[in-house]
Amino acid sequence: MNSFADSDSHLAEAGAYSTSVVIGGLPIGIQSSNRGFIAMLENRYAGFLDEPVGGGILLDVEVVASVSDSDGAEEDIQVRYADGRWHINRGDFRAQWDPASRRGRVRQAAYPYAIDTVMRIVHSLVLAERGGFLVHSASVVRNGRAFLFSGISGAGKTTISRLAPADATLLTDEISYVRRAGDIYEACGTPFAGDLGKPGENIAAPLAAFYLLVQGPHNHVASIAPAQAARRLLRNILFFADDAGLVEQMFRTACEFVSRVPVYELTFRPDTEVWNLIA
Amino acid sequence: MSDMKNTAEVYIKPSRDIAARMMADEMVIMSVRNSRVFSLNPTASRIWSAADGATPLREIVARTLVSEFDVDADTAYRDAVELVEELAQEGILLLADHPIGPEAG
Repeated sequence: MNSFADSDSHLAEAGAYSTSVVIGGLPIGIQSSNRGFIAMLENRYAGFLDEPVGGGILLDVEVVASVSDSDGAEEDIQVRYADGRWHINRGDFRAQWDPASRRGRVRQAAYPYAIDTVMRIVHSLVLAERGGFLVHSASVVRNGRAFLFSGISGAGKTTISRLAPADATLLTDEISYVRRAGDIYEACGTPFAGDLGKPGENIAAPLAAFYLLVQGPHNHVASIAPAQAARRLLRNILFFADDAGLVEQMFRTACEFVSRVPVYELTFRPDTEVWNLIA
Repeated sequence: MSDMKNTAEVYIKPSRDIAARMMADEMVIMSVRNSRVFSLNPTASRIWSAADGATPLREIVARTLVSEFDVDADTAYRDAVELVEELAQEGILLLADHPIGPEAG
């Protein structure tokens, strides 16, 4: 843990190997002295890689045998802001990220799930300041328009993705990336895969509609009142920080989103005909 | 809190630890302390919107509900007290037997 107190100037020297993962147009540089770890990330995030750029977000990863006695991946994540940095901790990793310098450090074992989680949280923090969010949902682009299908685990995100027509492009079957672009919202592809087991395409498209998934005996679409839409959207947004200011920001973002994007409840059974209702 | 129905006056004011927005005719409220989200039906939303800490609840009920919906004043007031007690228990509404100043919350 003492290494976390090192000055930021140490960060540039610490990692002999590096890569850059670009999601939603936001590059996150990752560097480490562990060559195998970087190679593993380049394989996992293929399609979302770019050359590292100066001045962007940079995470220096110290790969250790283990961070704690348990593997810790099932433990709750703790995210808090103190001393000018976000402290992001779970049983299987310890991380800090300074939003001013855009630098951070991660201490974890040599597997991808910890850095995957750290990246999701950094993205969610950056998006929150820009009026966007990560949300538990599948997203698909068809005819240049993006559609999101949101729900908790088991609601049917992967199922609706599997049923998508051949001319549809999958952005993700698990975690959707929603960013504000002027007066509209855009959905961006992410490498965060669910049961489908494959990353989305690294593209973006204007968001046409947001569907809340419910499995049922018939295919049916129903409009949702804005208040209920905001409540249900907030339930599915990924937001970890124990920070009152950011919670308030997320609330405003959700209200703004449902006032600009049509939100529906989509009751569906697992057949391709459900896609006739998506427009 | 159960004796609020019998006190002379009840005053209500939204907690500072909330974010709220009227959407269509429903108030959506989020506690920034625990991220819980609430939505109020149109009637409850009218009471919430009038909760300024200075106007007695009985007067709010009379002004916003009784006069417009022609409901029994005592029944409407009892229902309103139950509502505000629930919201107070959730930590999103301040409740007192005296006016609540701007510094409270």
